Amino acid sequence: MPPRLRGHPLADLHFGDDQPTEAEQAAIDAIVPPADAATVVETERIVRGGRSRRHDLRHLLLPVLHSLQHEIGWISPGGLNGAAERLGVPPAEAYGVATFYELLRTTDPGHRDDVVHLCVDPACAMAGNNDLRTSLEAEGARVHDSPCLGQCERAPALFVQGVGRPDRVPSDDEEDFHLPQAGDPSLRVLRRVGEVDPTSLDSYRDHGGYEALARAIEMGSDAVIAAISDSGLSGRGGAAFPTGIKWRAVADEPGPDKHVVANCDESEPGTFKDRIVCEHDPFAVIESMTIAGLATGSSHGWIYIRGEYPRATARLESAIAQARAAGLLGDDVAGSGQRFDIEVRRGAGAYICGEETALFNSIEGFRGEPRNKPPFPTTHGLFSQPTAINNPETLINVLDIVIEGPNAYRSVGTERSPGTRLFCLSGRIGVPGLYEVPFGTTLGELLDLAGGPTGELASVLLGGAAGVFVGPDALDMPLTLEDTREAGATLGSGVVTVFDDTVDMEAVVVRIAEFFRDESCGQCVPCRVGTQRQHEVLVELQASGRPLAPERSELIDDMALAMVDASICGLGHTAASAVRSALALGLIGNSS
Amino acid sequence: MSSVATETAVTIQVDGQEVAVPEGATILDACDAAGVETPTICYGPTLTPVNVCRVCVVELDGSRALVPSCSRPAEEGMVVHTDSERVRHSRKMVLEFLATGVDVSQADELGQWADHYGADPDRYVPGGQTMDEPVRVQDNLYIRDYDKCVLCYRCVEACGDDAQHTYAISVAGRGFGARISTEFDVTLHDSACVYCGNCVAVCPTNALQFKTEFDLRQADDWRPEDQTVTQTVCSYCGVGCNLELHVQDNQIVKCTSPDDHDVTKGNLCIKGRFGWNYV
Repeated sequence: MPPRLRGHPLADLHFGDDQPTEAEQAAIDAIVPPADAATVVETERIVRGGRSRRHDLRHLLLPVLHSLQHEIGWISPGGLNGAAERLGVPPAEAYGVATFYELLRTTDPGHRDDVVHLCVDPACAMAGNNDLRTSLEAEGARVHDSPCLGQCERAPALFVQGVGRPDRVPSDDEEDFHLPQAGDPSLRVLRRVGEVDPTSLDSYRDHGGYEALARAIEMGSDAVIAAISDSGLSGRGGAAFPTGIKWRAVADEPGPDKHVVANCDESEPGTFKDRIVCEHDPFAVIESMTIAGLATGSSHGWIYIRGEYPRATARLESAIAQARAAGLLGDDVAGSGQRFDIEVRRGAGAYICGEETALFNSIEGFRGEPRNKPPFPTTHGLFSQPTAINNPETLINVLDIVIEGPNAYRSVGTERSPGTRLFCLSGRIGVPGLYEVPFGTTLGELLDLAGGPTGELASVLLGGAAGVFVGPDALDMPLTLEDTREAGATLGSGVVTVFDDTVDMEAVVVRIAEFFRDESCGQCVPCRVGTQRQHEVLVELQASGRPLAPERSELIDDMALAMVDASICGLGHTAASAVRSALALGLIGNSS
Repeated sequence: MSSVATETAVTIQVDGQEVAVPEGATILDACDAAGVETPTICYGPTLTPVNVCRVCVVELDGSRALVPSCSRPAEEGMVVHTDSERVRHSRKMVLEFLATGVDVSQADELGQWADHYGADPDRYVPGGQTMDEPVRVQDNLYIRDYDKCVLCYRCVEACGDDAQHTYAISVAGRGFGARISTEFDVTLHDSACVYCGNCVAVCPTNALQFKTEFDLRQADDWRPEDQTVTQTVCSYCGVGCNLELHVQDNQIVKCTSPDDHDVTKGNLCIKGRFGWNYV
């Protein structure tokens, strides 16, 4: 692991009197054995440890905290001291990291029961999450309200965080996987989903797996990147940055200490596409990452996945192990002579960690606070080294581009938005689920494909909490980057949440504002305070039952402009977007 | 003479005025060179910029969002506006936002800028969330009043990478609930704190105060206008740190060191900072 640039080798670490219990020590040892400790304590306050050794280990902080949380049920002062000492991290900083994440507790819960996380975001609210909470609590469950859990197609969603037992998602046990478009020959990204056995490399190969990697090795780095560039592939996370430009920039940096990161931290309310792809076609994620690694000359691959996705995590880890055993990862990838391997890191409940630079900080063992850009990840990414970061949907598109070439790829979609796009449909829609359609499909066609609205269509939230509401008059809007931009909307991460006229939109918008307030990292003033005050204005509006006063409307606009203009990252930039669109459409603010 | 190395200069435009600054200088440096005053909160001349307060933002041609002048390196040909409507708006909102949740009564510079930009913290929903923290008085050296904390990270940086490398404090929690904290909020005595007071020296809002100042303020007897500052050299060891002794009624009430001093860069140790009772 390359050295960190922050932190100082001469830090005189001081630990309080609290010692880890035997169980806590075992949880720490499971991740970092005593022989690998960062530091050697020679006297009470003098700590000796090589700079590189300490920096080598900090990226294990989040895994160690996960281990403590999982085995003990919380991170106690003794457990934190033990973790901090083993890794050579100042305990105050380790505490700062532990308190950043929703899934980590730093207060004693007083029990060792599993915690049932219940989603309170719009799709689950419409599906009756309150009734579910009541029945769970009647059964004695420890229910904890949670932001979107990424299971909106089977709302209301639960995630059970185990103590001493594996985390689990109850609907994983019962669900007979169903892809609404299964068998449709036009599918590209989802072609294998539901068809291939996600636990078997052989099955993946039977479905054409690893042909693209072989082809990419034949083509060589420059030709692969040229094909990606010519295809017009752009990022599917929301920012729609051209993938070819990103890869070219990383390839042009001196290596080999460069990184490819798969951003599987989708946490945008209403998004579940990467979960389904990782659960049902994990080898495709691994293969496309490997192509990215070879093309950009990067040795290190990382998958950062939501902590709430236990099945996807297990399947990706299994896929990596199988690929490694088959020589498709490791020191000589598939006979290419190049090294590339992948580590999986679990998030711990923080929407902001889907922001690329926050994600890097999270992997590195720091608080998941976004960095100011520039410099950009292509030169200063993970461990301040050149990094290509893409989400699974973007990556999987690479497979067809390599096999078929950019022209075939461009045969669907539009000139400026080539290819297909995944959409996550939820809410008041006939058949909620994951859909793949060519760019340019209209919103109305997409809703029809999913069985149409189940009630009188009132609005659609495009792009999730960070997106915008559109009304029924937008049904003719082609879903492309250019058309949505022109309409002042966004495709974001492909969220399409459908609302009918029976939904209490004030409650929905208040919840969206609460989501941003809860998920702001707190680093920059416009977002930290702006998201708080925005929520307060909307709560006041909801309680008043009156139309939005002109001075309140002005305040919302003033706050929004400052968040857009002066926040560090995309969270602040988009925190007012859905709220303002709901006001503009008259979905809220009109009560009289 | 051609053999003398000269610094490469970068020329940028600040409010229509061409300014040349050395390569590596920031937009803020260029604004200073152009004589344009810029509000700052989290920026400190002795600290690595963390660009979190966003009050120093400027409009940069070609950039969609405003950019923090304290951390953005000046690049040849940049065109910067420091007094556009967007800049004034964001600066006003940052100052307004801070005043809605934090006691900024002892942050004089903030108050002046808030007046300058017309910040109106009273137009928000009554009863909104505030910092709501008790004053932490845990020893006789300095106090922490987090009701006055704007989370500028300056104390964290001074305690950590930028000066002291003690790492006794960090930002903990998230969002509006974020606070500067030791691990589990243990007292400073139980933390890694070495009482150098370098955090106190960089605090822009008086959230961190000498206990002497705190006591005098409690007694309503803190009179900066009656104080004199005496420059001297610390007598404890041979390093030669410059001290500025702040004296009121013939009593030392606090001790600082100049930011531009070659040796200290504004930093001291516990002896220089607090060890003047014998005088």
